[in-house]
Parts: sequence; C-alpha cells; structure tokens
Amino acid sequence: MFNYYLRLARISILKHWGLSLLMILAIGLGIGATMTTVTVNYLMSANPIPHKSEQLYYVQLDSWDVNDPFDEGQNPPDQLTYTDSTNLMKAKKAFRQNVQAQAYAVIEPNDPEILPMIVNARANSADFFAMFDVPFIYGNAWSNQADDNKELVVVLNKETNEKIFGGKNSVGESIRIDGNVFQVVGVIDHWQPKPRFYDITTGAFNETEEIFVPFNLIAEEKVRRSGNTNCWKPSGDGFEAFLASECIWTQFWVELKTEQDKDDYLNFLNAYVEEQKQYGRFLRPIDNRLSTVTQWLENQEVVADDARMMMTMSFMFLVVCLLNTVGLLLAKFLGKAPEIGLRQALGASKSTLFFQYIIEAGCIGIAGGLLGLFFAFWGLIGIETLYGDYMQNLATLDFNMMLLAIAISFFATIIAGIYPTWRACKVQPSHQLKSQ
Amino acid sequence: MIEIGLIVRALLRNKIGALLIALQIALTMTIMVNAIFMIQDRQSQMQRDSGLDEANTFYLTNTVFGKDYNLQAEMQTDLNIIRKTPGVIDAIQINAIPLSGGGWSMALQHEPGDDKDTIGSALYMVDDHAINTLGVELIAGSNFAPEDIEWRASGQSTWPSKTIITKAFAEQLYPDNWETALGKTFYISQNQPMQVIGIMKTLQAPWNGWGGVERSMLVPFQMESQSSYYFIRTESGRRDELMPIIEKTLAERNKERIIRRVTTLEETRKRSYRRHNATNKILTTVVITLTLITGFGIVGLAIFSINRRTKQIGTRRAIGATQWQIMRYFLVENFLISCVGVVIGIAGAIALNMWLVKTFNLTPIGFELIVFGAVALFIVGQLAVLYPAKKAALIPPATATRTV
Repeated sequence: MFNYYLRLARISILKHWGLSLLMILAIGLGIGATMTTVTVNYLMSANPIPHKSEQLYYVQLDSWDVNDPFDEGQNPPDQLTYTDSTNLMKAKKAFRQNVQAQAYAVIEPNDPEILPMIVNARANSADFFAMFDVPFIYGNAWSNQADDNKELVVVLNKETNEKIFGGKNSVGESIRIDGNVFQVVGVIDHWQPKPRFYDITTGAFNETEEIFVPFNLIAEEKVRRSGNTNCWKPSGDGFEAFLASECIWTQFWVELKTEQDKDDYLNFLNAYVEEQKQYGRFLRPIDNRLSTVTQWLENQEVVADDARMMMTMSFMFLVVCLLNTVGLLLAKFLGKAPEIGLRQALGASKSTLFFQYIIEAGCIGIAGGLLGLFFAFWGLIGIETLYGDYMQNLATLDFNMMLLAIAISFFATIIAGIYPTWRACKVQPSHQLKSQ
Repeated sequence: MIEIGLIVRALLRNKIGALLIALQIALTMTIMVNAIFMIQDRQSQMQRDSGLDEANTFYLTNTVFGKDYNLQAEMQTDLNIIRKTPGVIDAIQINAIPLSGGGWSMALQHEPGDDKDTIGSALYMVDDHAINTLGVELIAGSNFAPEDIEWRASGQSTWPSKTIITKAFAEQLYPDNWETALGKTFYISQNQPMQVIGIMKTLQAPWNGWGGVERSMLVPFQMESQSSYYFIRTESGRRDELMPIIEKTLAERNKERIIRRVTTLEETRKRSYRRHNATNKILTTVVITLTLITGFGIVGLAIFSINRRTKQIGTRRAIGATQWQIMRYFLVENFLISCVGVVIGIAGAIALNMWLVKTFNLTPIGFELIVFGAVALFIVGQLAVLYPAKKAALIPPATATRTV
C-alpha cells in the first residue's frame, strides 16, 4: 500500500511539476538558511571540553576602582592582576591551578636556512596541559618544579615542530627564543577547542598558540606578553612597578573535583580578599566568582549578536517558506476534489485518503530537506568566505545538524500538509460526482 | 465601479487561502523592513570618514629581537631612510593603527584627582610628522614642534605635557563650544597636566564598534620599544610600487629584526568592516529571496484559483465583462489581501524591531522605512498577480458553454 501511495505521490508531484518545484525550492531555501545559522550558533555555543567542563573554574576577583566599578558593577573584572594570580598560584589550594597570559616570541632556528619567525605563545603554568587535556605526540608537560625554578623550557605545537625540526621527535633539543636558549620538553598534537575557552579575552575562536612557555618567565622578562591589559590606577615607572600595579592582564583557572572543593575554594578566595583589604586593596564589596567553563562562556557572551540575530531572521524565513507551502498544498489538494470524490465513491476511506496525501506532503518535505542541506553546505562556505577569520572553525556541516535538517523539513512539511489534507478529505463525493 | 463587496464575499468563502497569503506578506514585510534597517545602520557606520589619506597609506610592523640593538638610533635611521625615499610624502612611528582593532586608550579629566569624571579617547604616540603623514586636517592651534618630542621608555608612566585632539573629543570636553578646548590644560592618568595645543578635524580610533570612535588624541612620544609600527604615506598612486621597496630596504639594512605585516590601510578598512559587509550581503540575499518566494507563492496560488474558476470567468465574459474587468478583479483581490498583510506586517515589523532594540541595543526603526516596506509589498503583490490575471482575462467567453 505504502509503495502504491509513493507512486501516486510521484505522479501527482510530476504532474504539477511547476508547483512542486516551487514548494521544494521554498522549503529548501528555508531549511538551508535555518541550518546555516543554526550550525553557526550550535558550534559557537558548543561545550569545548564536555567531560570536565563542570570541574574547571575561571576565577574572578573584584579588585577594581571603588569609584568606577568594572562593567558598571555587573561583573567583576574579566582578568586578574599579576599580584593576585601569583599569590593564588603560591597558595596551591586547588587540585590543579593555572595562571596564564598571551605572549609572543621570535624564534631563531639553528638552521640558518630558516628565517627567524614570530610565533603566538601562551605563557602558562605546568598544570595547563593536564587541566585542559592537551594531547601530546612527544614528551610531556614541564614539571611544577620547572615553573618554580623558572626553567627555560618550551612545548611546541605540531606545526611549529614541523617547521623547525621537520616533524621529528624534538624533545631534548634546544631552540633560541628571543635571544635565550630554551629546551623542548614536549610537542602537542593538533588541538583546537571550539570555542577556545581557556582564553576568550583575546577572541573566543582564535587559533591555539604555536608555543607554550612557563608563565613565570614573563616576570624575568624572558618572554614578551601581549593580550589585553586594563588599568584603573596609574602605576609607577618600569616593569617591576607594572607587575605590582592594579592592572589586570592574567587569567586564572582552577580544577576542583567536587562541589565541596568548590565551596572550600570560594571560602579561601574570600579570606584572601579580606586579608588583602588590610593592605588597602579591594575597596569594593567582596564579589569573588568561580565560573565553570559553560557559565564562563555564557557570561562572556561568546555567541555573537550577529549570529543570534541571523538565526532569528532565518527561523522567520522558514516560517514564510512553510506558509508558502501550506498555501500551495491547499490549492493543489483542493484542485483534486473531483479525483478525491471519485475515489471516495469507489470505496476509499477517509483515513486512506489522508494517509495518501500526507505521504505526498512528506515526499515534498524530504526533497526540500535534501535541497536544504545542499543550500546549507553552500551557505556555510559563503559565510566562511564572507566573514573570514571571525567565523573560521565554525562553518562545517555537522552530522547531527544534517539529521536535524532532514527531520525538521520532513515534520514541518507534514504539519504544513495536515490542514490541506484534512480539507481535501472533507470533500463531498456526491457533490463532486454530480458536477462532472 | 470596482466590485469590492463582491470580491470580499468571494474571499470570505476561501478564508484560509487568502489568510495564508496575507500572513506571508506580513512576515515578509516584518523581516524586510528590519533587515533593510540593519543594512542601512551598518552602511552608515562604514561610510564614516577615518580622517586619513587611506588610498595612499600603508604600514608595517618592525619587531626587534637582537640583544644589543640601539632602538633609538636605529629607529631614527629607519625613518630618515623612508622619508628620503622618492615617492614617500612622510613617515612616522606609531603605536596603533586607526580601524585596526588594537590600540591604546587613555582618559582626560578637567580637574586632577582619582574621583573625577573622565572622558576616554584613543591615544596615538607620534612625532611632529604625524599631521602630514596621517593626512589629517588641523583646524585650530598648531602642530608639535620638533623639541616637543620625548622618548618613551617601555613601561613609562609619565606623559608629555602637550596633545592634539580631535574636534569630536573637544566637543565632548566642551559641549557648548569646542573651540574653548584649545590651549586648555586637562589631566591625564588622573593628575598629570596636559595642554591641548591643536585640534584636528577627524581621526578615528582603532575600534570601529566603540561609541567614541571619533575621539582620538596625538601625544608627542617616540617609543623605545621592541615592536612598533611604521606608518607611511606616499604620493598619489605610488603606494603599491613602494611597499616592497621599503620592506626590502629595511629588512636588509639591519637583520636583527623582522619586518612583517606590510599592509595597506585599505586592507585594514576592509578587514575592520568585514563582518559588517558580510552581514549586509547575507541580509540582502535574505530580503531578495524572501520577496521572490512570496512573489512566486502569490503567482502559484493565483494560477490555481484561476484554474478553478475558469468556468465562472468564462460566464462573466459571456454576459459582458471586458478583459480589463476580469484582470481588475484579480488585481483588486490581491490588493485587498495585501492590505490585510501590510497591516499585520506593520505591527510585526515594529514588534520585531522592539525585540531587536531590547536584545541587541539597536536603535528604533524610522517611519519612512515602514512606509517603504508597505509600498514595496503592494507592488510585489500586484506584479506577481499580473501574469495570472492576464491569463484569466484571455479565457474565452465560450468556456461558459462547455462542460469541464
């Protein structure tokens, strides 16, 4: 029976091919637009480290100006001062802790054939790698002792290892970075969390860094920091004074295993701020925060306004396309009244008729969905070309999204088909037969 | 007379079909009006003047890695060489590039103290060649003198005592009369005095999304820094030819540094507004496709309803209706449906705009845009129904005498 209905649907779709094409095209465009924007939003709001996101916490302390609060008092500053993050680091109260900042460096390869190159660097603590599950190809992270002893060690990413060492195991080799000789302790595999949650102050969808070096080398002036710096109070002259200033430019993450650990850590932070108040710092009311990865991404509004706006627009667009389909299906099915009357007179029940027309609507829906996938594929390519860096790593069609596209278009068309089908089935056979 | 009453009664017998078209028109109008509004908003942001001679300007990054590098002397030599290159109008060292997205901001205040109101501005560290190199217009006061220029060590917290600010910044400092700002002393970094010696017409900040993008200030600093930009203005039309020449000259002169990212200001503008441009292109596509879909939807439905009424149309023709009267019937019918659609559409457009204003801090929509949307949809409706209506008018009166 089902096959018979499919055949009828095919005949009917081909008979009114112009109309069917219009419907399929409309659904395809609607689904294509919706899928494109939903995919971008979905990838923007993805959880980059699902198995651990509830154990990693971003630390915020309100060290800002008492007269002019940060973010109009709605949120504490988004980074920490050097003083606070190094103090928290020394306290070692969490299971793992990581202080970090963005940096850059000039690598002078030993091979004179290769020109010096500028690389993006991350200055971080040893725990960074274990906390964020960074995959290693060769070697390991440096040790906590290396942090404390300010050793000149470096972890390279795969691409940099390829450029400088031709991809071989370079652990133990030395390279010149900004005039100092560093020892390679590890090489990481390709690693690109989306969003790049561990530092969203410099762009949530940026590439991960090319090399990783101990954070403590910044204070030694062996690594040059970059990234955002925000100050509210003038500092004195020179780098020492800058480090001691109230400027915020470091990010601090902790890994805490349980809810209890989290409460304990928050108590520790509050106690720390109370203690600092004695030195005339932290004049604002205590507002210390621990945010999980997902909370932090949400708080920092990683999903761009543009993307949300477009998603709203594209859903409305889909509604227009579906209205269009309802109207056209209605017209088409009502045009079949004589045929329906005839079939009813020959004994077809209302439910079989209903089934038959719903199948026809479903076929159009699936065809529209497939076309929609095709449009979404090109739509995403279009978005990537148009937006460039900003949407890089975001414009790929995901398998879940493909299933979703087909499902949405199938069910949307069925729903769109219900009213016209119902109307068609209400046809009075006697009336139709008489007029023939 | 136009048979409105007749058409309305006929429409009411097929309410759902008409309502579907009306809803489609309404939603199309809602989206169209808001999308056009957003396009215009971005367009006007992109058209703001940066104040620079954009077509003839480029810049590069000079990053020093050598250990015993005389930053001051080498920079002066670099600049002298660039300035003497035939075809170059002038060149400076600068800490940030307008429109590039990265820069430095500081605030000025009328009185010293840590609890006074401040007004933020972008800050460019330059020398006395800046006015000429940037191509900005000095509308009051004077340029820096060569002896005003100081060396700034990395991490230095004191500021020079003179500055040149933009007119927009002066207006913010003295809302009643911007010219009063000239010669006045303000305070930077809470308590360091700084005198305004000149006012420029326009110079944009590095951040195009910032509300204060028109506020910038120049301070007479040469940076003793391991990484900075050289900003170069060439004679008209010679930029592309000079870019590789200058890059090569600098790179070969001293190999203890890297010359990189040689970029024109036009590229920077393009990059800076890339998202604006992209969003606009997408919104334009949405508006066009949507209008086409609605238009074709109307065509499809009209053809169907005409096919169903072939006999009735034939009958009307047989009892004396002219072709024009038949056409008019469908045009008026569409007009009535469009009316309902546009009324709902106006409400929808305003509602969507209110939501956008609330969620994304957009500005409220203008009345003329709504009128434009309404007129546009009436036209689309009439155009879409024109072809089916013409077809209907061609139905011969003889049809009435035939059975189907």
